[in-house]
Amino acid sequence: MTVTSDREATRLSTAPEPVAPAPARRQSFLAPWRRAWRQLTSMRTALLLLFLLALASVPGSFLPQRGLNPVAVKQYFAEHSTLAPVLDRVYAFDVFAAPWFAAVYLLLFVSLVGCLSSRLRLHAKALTTAPPAVPRVLSRMPSAERWETDAEAGAVLEQVRTVLRRGRWRVVVRSDGGHEDADALSAEKGYLRESGNLLFHISLVVLLVGIAMGGLLGFQGTVLVKEGDGFANTVLAYDDIKPGRRFDPSRLVPFSFELDDFQATYGDDGKALTFLAQIRYAAGPADGQRPYALRVNHPLVVDGAKTYLLGHGYAPKVLVVDREGNELSQTVACLPQGPTFLSTCTIKVPDAAGEQLAFEGVFTPTTVQDPVNGQVASVYPAPENPALTVLGYRGDLGIDDGRAASVYNLEDRTRLTPIGDGRTPQKLSPGQTWDLPGGGSLTFVETTEWATFQVTQDPGKVVALVAGIGMVVGLCLSLSVRRRRVWLRLSPAGADRPPGRTVVEIAGLARTNSEAFAGEFARLVDRVRSTAPPRTPSEEPA
Amino acid sequence: MSDLALAGLSDSLLFGAVLLYTLAMLGFAGEQASRRSHRVSAAAGERSSARESAAARTRMMAGAGGPALAAPAATPPPPPAQRAPSRAGAIGLALTGIGAVVHVGSVITRGFAAHRVPWGNMYEFSSAVALCAVVIFLVLVAGRRADRALGAFVMVPVVLYLGLAGTVLYTAAGPLVPALDSYWIKIHVFAAVLSSGAFLLSGMVALLYLLRCRHDAQVAAGRTPRFPLSMGSALPAAPALDRVTYGVIAFAFPIWTFAIIAGAIWAEAAWGRYWGWDPKETWSFITWVLYAGYLHARATAGWKGTKAAWIAVAAAGALIVDYYVVNIFVVGFHSYA
Repeated sequence: MTVTSDREATRLSTAPEPVAPAPARRQSFLAPWRRAWRQLTSMRTALLLLFLLALASVPGSFLPQRGLNPVAVKQYFAEHSTLAPVLDRVYAFDVFAAPWFAAVYLLLFVSLVGCLSSRLRLHAKALTTAPPAVPRVLSRMPSAERWETDAEAGAVLEQVRTVLRRGRWRVVVRSDGGHEDADALSAEKGYLRESGNLLFHISLVVLLVGIAMGGLLGFQGTVLVKEGDGFANTVLAYDDIKPGRRFDPSRLVPFSFELDDFQATYGDDGKALTFLAQIRYAAGPADGQRPYALRVNHPLVVDGAKTYLLGHGYAPKVLVVDREGNELSQTVACLPQGPTFLSTCTIKVPDAAGEQLAFEGVFTPTTVQDPVNGQVASVYPAPENPALTVLGYRGDLGIDDGRAASVYNLEDRTRLTPIGDGRTPQKLSPGQTWDLPGGGSLTFVETTEWATFQVTQDPGKVVALVAGIGMVVGLCLSLSVRRRRVWLRLSPAGADRPPGRTVVEIAGLARTNSEAFAGEFARLVDRVRSTAPPRTPSEEPA
Repeated sequence: MSDLALAGLSDSLLFGAVLLYTLAMLGFAGEQASRRSHRVSAAAGERSSARESAAARTRMMAGAGGPALAAPAATPPPPPAQRAPSRAGAIGLALTGIGAVVHVGSVITRGFAAHRVPWGNMYEFSSAVALCAVVIFLVLVAGRRADRALGAFVMVPVVLYLGLAGTVLYTAAGPLVPALDSYWIKIHVFAAVLSSGAFLLSGMVALLYLLRCRHDAQVAAGRTPRFPLSMGSALPAAPALDRVTYGVIAFAFPIWTFAIIAGAIWAEAAWGRYWGWDPKETWSFITWVLYAGYLHARATAGWKGTKAAWIAVAAAGALIVDYYVVNIFVVGFHSYA
């Protein structure tokens, strides 16, 4: 038995050994590459890359991010007009899509794959080969016992083997016990530690694949739907759409739905308690409609497309009568400005006879009015005392030249003249009508609501979920299973001892949590002692 | 009992628990004091033994990678100073146990008062995290995997933390916002609470390990450590502290991983994406990466010991940012309470 095999025996980990300076061999042109590869796949590099990844994520949480909140990014640009463009050039507002962020995690994954490939090979080898040979000097092991017995060596060996087998140890009986005429066995347990470790790291790679699939083939769109309106799942129907780079619009699930009713309930403090969107949906053009109660945490799922309830607001229904008596009915989505749902509204009436009409103002669900200056405010988010308070304009809306215009504000008011004094807004309760000076009227008919929906398709989701499960299972195994070895050697006691006397040597080794192993080892030694009762060296057989 | 009375009872119980923990802290501190005076009388012996162990450490580092040290030290190390058995410490431990029971009562009555899981806002969350840290500490002491001498050092932050939770973060019992109304709150937040309690405990022990190492280095250099390093002599030996740190992190890391994944599944159901780099998600990720770094560092030559301990401290810091800085100062999807 050589020293090298002793070292082999005590190696319990398949972790790569620290990079040793390569022996001076024939310098191949590949040598620098090999060196770089070894450097990249070393644990130390992996550690540094891990810290770099953590550090790189930090700005993404303190600076507004386009993917998360584009409005906040615009606001940041407005507030820091000199700093923002500089930050933007280094992707500070798209940190998680930045090339430098990708560089860090891709290097980390390359390092991981390099490390994995060698560890997979080593672990496969460990799984297919027998536990290592019995070291020559067992007393040097961290746990070791030695005594003499009169029990028959072969029987003891067989019994210990049975005990270990029953404890799910991998056991191999060896004739090369390191000494002449010795019976010996090596046993090892806890291979699942490394299996779990590898499973965890492979799962990380699978997770990255799942995320990439979502980014390439996935799709996300949001749409605002008023009560009574419908939505059909086509690219053009969305207000905002974020397709993956390889997303094929023909793969949009052809479902449609109509929003019948949206309900929100609130506590006394104005905090939202429940949201419910009552919809009727059809899974395909040929399918009939089915009702569905869409709530937060309960999306509608149609063939892999998920529809989520995202937000809500008020949509007052108004009736505009122009100078010629034409009735123009409209439902206007107002944008909520705060927790009490004071919402800004813009009503454009391009089809009014003669001059075009526009109204601008606020909708307040539970209205209070300042008795002094007449300003309205909302004190509660539910429509307990709704009011629409608006200023009116006549003239040219400037939207007939085909340019895309926002429905939420009056962009071009150069050719609009105020109705009345242009300063005193008109407050309307449901059913009330404002007879416009100069002809026509505006009636606040009733309060309805709108909801925003988000539709997503992400084919990588299942892959990511499987990877997540693999990560947790792998971690639990690799952090709780202990890899350990025991060796038993039974050798003849020698000529100066009574005939039939056997020296029992047992030793054990564990890399992690050696306290727990000490107990296990002690119990094992007790079992062996009971089959091979110790004799003191001086004691003669009775 | 009415909800209001239950909520009041919960508050009183929390106050009681803080009081008991404070008394326990005094008990542990009393034990420390008696140990230290005991130590001072044997100061000379201690100093030489510390020097000895420092020297042994150096030898071990020098010999790392080589064959195991077979040569025995020139002089056998003196037997470790007998730990003075102190009634104060035992009382401290008992008070901690009673405090934990009262604390459990506070958390449960809070849940009944609000008709939901008792971790729906930052106040409740902090209370539950502190409870987890205390219970894990008690389990470690009961299993003889940690010395109760840690008690004084562990109870100080727990008491401060609960004090802050009960005053600054206090929120009256009430229902949840709709996004939180899901059975995932039971799973995701419980896993987060349990692992956070463990992580904060490990961060504290890692700090104590660093303190002990500095203390040992000073003693080995023949200097008398001054406050706060002088507290080091009352602490368990550095390797024992390192083991506790690692054991607690190894326990918590899979749970934290699970908490993040459960959160992703919930986010997928609630918001339509499983990961969106929301500030909370980002800092959970940073925390996760740092703890992954700790586990790797502990297996990497040149990173074991104090470097790994600093990582554990940094990771616990990231966790605190995740809960408090993100919730209070950064607006994101997780800004609820």
